[in-house]
Amino acid sequence: MFIFALKRFAVAIPTLFILIVLSFFLMQVAPGSPFTGDFNMPPEILANLEAKYHLNEPLWKQFAYYFSDLLQGDLGPSFKYKDYTVNELVAQSFPVSLTIGSIAFIITVIMGVSLGTLAALKQNTWVDYTVMTLSMVGVVLPSFVIAPMMVLLFAIILPWLPAGGWNDGNWENMVLPVAAMAILYVAAVARIMRSSMIETMNSNFIRTARAKGLPKHHIILKHALKPSLLPVVSYLGPAFVGIITGSVVIETVFGLPGIGQHFVNGALNRDYSLVLGLTIIIGALTILFTAIVDILYGLIDPKIRVGS
Amino acid sequence: MSLLDVDNLRVRFTTPDGDVTAVNNMTFTLNAGETLGLVGESGSGKSQTAFALMGLLAKNGIIEGSALFEGKNILGLSETELNKVRAEQIAMIFQDPMTSLNPYVKIGPQLTEVLQLHKGMSKKEAFEESVKMLDAVKMPEARKRMDMYPHEFSGGMRQRVMIAMALLCSPKLLIADEPTTALDVTVQAQIMDLLNELKSEFNTAIIMITHDLGVVAGICDKVLVMYAGRTMEYGTTDEVFYDPRHPYSIGLLEAIPRLDTEGEILPTIPGNPPNLLNLPQGCPFQDRCAHVMDKCRQEAPALETFADGRQKACHWTPEIITSTTVQTEGALT
Repeated sequence: MFIFALKRFAVAIPTLFILIVLSFFLMQVAPGSPFTGDFNMPPEILANLEAKYHLNEPLWKQFAYYFSDLLQGDLGPSFKYKDYTVNELVAQSFPVSLTIGSIAFIITVIMGVSLGTLAALKQNTWVDYTVMTLSMVGVVLPSFVIAPMMVLLFAIILPWLPAGGWNDGNWENMVLPVAAMAILYVAAVARIMRSSMIETMNSNFIRTARAKGLPKHHIILKHALKPSLLPVVSYLGPAFVGIITGSVVIETVFGLPGIGQHFVNGALNRDYSLVLGLTIIIGALTILFTAIVDILYGLIDPKIRVGS
Repeated sequence: MSLLDVDNLRVRFTTPDGDVTAVNNMTFTLNAGETLGLVGESGSGKSQTAFALMGLLAKNGIIEGSALFEGKNILGLSETELNKVRAEQIAMIFQDPMTSLNPYVKIGPQLTEVLQLHKGMSKKEAFEESVKMLDAVKMPEARKRMDMYPHEFSGGMRQRVMIAMALLCSPKLLIADEPTTALDVTVQAQIMDLLNELKSEFNTAIIMITHDLGVVAGICDKVLVMYAGRTMEYGTTDEVFYDPRHPYSIGLLEAIPRLDTEGEILPTIPGNPPNLLNLPQGCPFQDRCAHVMDKCRQEAPALETFADGRQKACHWTPEIITSTTVQTEGALT
């Protein structure tokens, strides 16, 4: 198992390198530069700026600079946020997104799995229909509809919670963004869980378990849960990265200083190092969590473990 | 009192296309230690009969009639009551050992959970007991195997695990649903030998569901021939094999390949079983029957019970039943 995990991570390294190379050069291909939009900048100053950021040197050299910094964990200075390095920007904003995302993720796993299981076991009853209707609503309503609706309901009409702001991570400020975030994923997980649980419950080995006179809860926990979780795990791995790196829409609606906003602003401003830094972080996380999913798969399904 | 007394068992399924009667008016008795063969083509209702007894029917299944197990009706029990009957009184092994074991759980826990839940054994006791049972089904290196997953076993070995699992609580009745269908011929023989041995060792009654008449001849005391969900003929194995009275039984017996004939075409029963959703008026076997009469097309034959306990549902009466071999009956078709 340990060797399987080690091998899986070794494969991830070249993938990450390719990602870095591709995003670096693609960023350069995009028209414009970090300083094009600015008010009439005297050419001398522009030349100075470009020299400072090595923009006047050949691309391969720029890449070499960037890469050697990167190896030391330095994502470089931001081109737009003066006096800030990308590391500092990430260090400020990532904890916000991570907190909101992690709570939303835990809720997603617990609620999604249990609602999906419940719906599957009560297939074609009102319980099932209710869960599935609600989750359909959760899946189809985009967050830019759900989030403002929640603000309207729970902050304005019923003034229970603050409409926005971070307030140093006060729990009241977190409720609405976490809920808005979780709804979508709970809905998706519940649907996946329901169909895979139904499939498992119809399988021959569950019939065997029933013929053995095992009580229902024992059958579900010991025999049906593991195989039913496989599709959920493969969905949640990559989804987890999306959840913790924040949603631009939700951060904007609730005025949160999370990491999602930097992505949009960075891209609009041609803030090379910021976009590149975020791409690499998210890419690395995605690769990491895909690898974790593979390892979890191996833990759940003994055949995959042996096959490695 | 007999061990199992099935009376007028009927299994229906409500489907969007209408009701399908999978099992119709089945009546049979089984004494302790006896083996009954349920024989018939695919879709004749053999497995559904077993599922009905075990309470394993699909959700749209409706059961009528009664099945007295040691005098107590086991049809329509609640899930909790059923769970006491399952494994402890009646156990079942299934057709496909490849998918009937949970691929995500080691063999050990799959065996021990039965003893822990039904007999209240500790983990350790249950483990030792399970190893003993694996030994009993001739599993080599039983102790080591407890820590393995089903995919590390061959088909025959998995079926041995299934048999061991079924016998853990020493049930009085074992239902074997085509236990050898998915296995190689050589392994089939091993499994049948094993069942034969265990049967006498544990004095377990067996309902053997099969379409292999060789299996019936080898192990069964009684045979019940099913067609389209109905009993066609029922009697002791000797009676049905040497003196078949229903054209369907005759046809089945003739269709057994023999080694002592050469170059002859194997007799078959022409046609296919009828669609259960749309049964013809009269006897369900009419279109394939060699002795079909006008009466057969109008009126379904009732299940007659003879003085010796044999049952038959057919209008036709074989005239010459004096000879004892199937061979002479062959002249009739």
